[in-house]
Amino acid sequence: MSEKQFAGVNVTVDDEGFMIDYTQWNEDIARGLAKEIGIEELNDKHFMVLNFMRKEFKEKGTGPSLRKLKNESGVNTKELYGLFPKGPAKKAALIAGITKPVGCI
Amino acid sequence: MKKLVILGAGTAGTMMVNKMNAVLNRDEWQITIVDQDPTHYYQPGFLFIPFGIYNRNDVLKPKKDFLPANVETVFSKIEMIEPDNNRVHIEGKRILDYDFLIIATGTRIHPEETEGLVGDEWHQSIFDFYTVEGAYNLSRKLKNWEGGRMVLNIAEMPIKCPVAPLEFVFLADWWFTEQGIRDKVEIEYVTPLPGAFTKPRASRLLGDFLTKKNIKLIPEFDIGNVDSEKKIISDYEGREIDYDLLVTIPTNMGDEIIGKSGMGNEFNYVPTDPQTLRSKDFENIFVLGDATDLPSSKAGSVAHFQSDILFENLLDAIDEQPLRAKFDGHANCYIESGFGKGILIDFNYDTEPLPGKFPLPGVGPFSLLEETKMNHYGKMMFRWMYWNLLLRGAELPIGSEMLMAGKRM
Repeated sequence: MSEKQFAGVNVTVDDEGFMIDYTQWNEDIARGLAKEIGIEELNDKHFMVLNFMRKEFKEKGTGPSLRKLKNESGVNTKELYGLFPKGPAKKAALIAGITKPVGCI
Repeated sequence: MKKLVILGAGTAGTMMVNKMNAVLNRDEWQITIVDQDPTHYYQPGFLFIPFGIYNRNDVLKPKKDFLPANVETVFSKIEMIEPDNNRVHIEGKRILDYDFLIIATGTRIHPEETEGLVGDEWHQSIFDFYTVEGAYNLSRKLKNWEGGRMVLNIAEMPIKCPVAPLEFVFLADWWFTEQGIRDKVEIEYVTPLPGAFTKPRASRLLGDFLTKKNIKLIPEFDIGNVDSEKKIISDYEGREIDYDLLVTIPTNMGDEIIGKSGMGNEFNYVPTDPQTLRSKDFENIFVLGDATDLPSSKAGSVAHFQSDILFENLLDAIDEQPLRAKFDGHANCYIESGFGKGILIDFNYDTEPLPGKFPLPGVGPFSLLEETKMNHYGKMMFRWMYWNLLLRGAELPIGSEMLMAGKRM
């Protein structure tokens, strides 16, 4: 675990960079988190996905799978990869300030 | 009369009906089990069919042989569950009412979920081995195959038995060596996961095995499309991998009736309490085995450990008591590694596979997270245990709760 500062706020993240407390999140923190993993700009589509992630997390306690994202976020798989290259479910979870999605075992 | 209905007579449903039948008072309870297929499949055996180690007869038996005679067995298609009205519609306009329902409808492959996977080349140059037909057709292909690039691809997680694809490439390495054509075959292992397996420590060990056996690991590949004419698979970011022979683990999904009945998640798995195994939405419905949405492996060993927990909790529920037994996510997998050897892993929700001895701490005879001949014998012996003990609900010498004794941190 470590402390990081985004937009003037101290945020605690785990070893892989996922926020510990999702209630600390705001859009500026999201931009900071995105930069950390090489995504320079966040547009409306990004935020549409991020807000869906956060809503799911609030209701279910875990981030959605890629299939659920594709089915319900309003953004198709190809676009999801464009927005969050190399693993949209995981990358979007990180930027959305929620914990790493429960891995498949 | 009170009614217990069990949907699905596979590994999970069969174990459960035998357990419940042994204790429920027959003057009070009527038990019904429904399944559309009268054949029981020994699914762990499918892996061995492509390499001629087992044939079809080794993995098929009539379900009737394993179901108690005094239980009503219905071989019909399930049409719909109405959980709010406590009833199930089955083929022929029949309705089954229940006091308690156990859903054990399993998971199946859905190759049509991947664009281009099913077509003229299905079971010609593209094969699955999660069905008897797929495994058998692949055995015929391999018999005359002269070599080339064999690509194993996992389409999407979660899948049934996440170690089976690894076992497949390990056995393929052995088999091509036996055939004297290993130098003419390239084997690639293409997975959406970041490594060889889901759990970090086992993933490293199994990744080393891939390297040792000259099998190339390509991680983080989410397949988007198959061009079966050009023999190329590509992912959503445009990465392409060409193949001569594609062995696919297609998307796995729960039964369609789960979705149709509005009871499933995006994969048609039933939201289930990870500890009590009760449906999250319905008090009188329990879920067992591959049909659950739990973050535990979809495997027979898991269904077996769950069945002990579900048995106790169902009896508590019948007595209107709080549910006391808790499932810990225990899984136990023999991994065939080729050349007559195997690796054994034992883990649960919280503890990843660790080295040690199993099942007797310090004694064995099996070794955890190590490759031994004894582990391979364990796997081969298991088929007898499965048909003769496990399905009949008999006690096995492995507890449902994972033990730390005998494990090294």
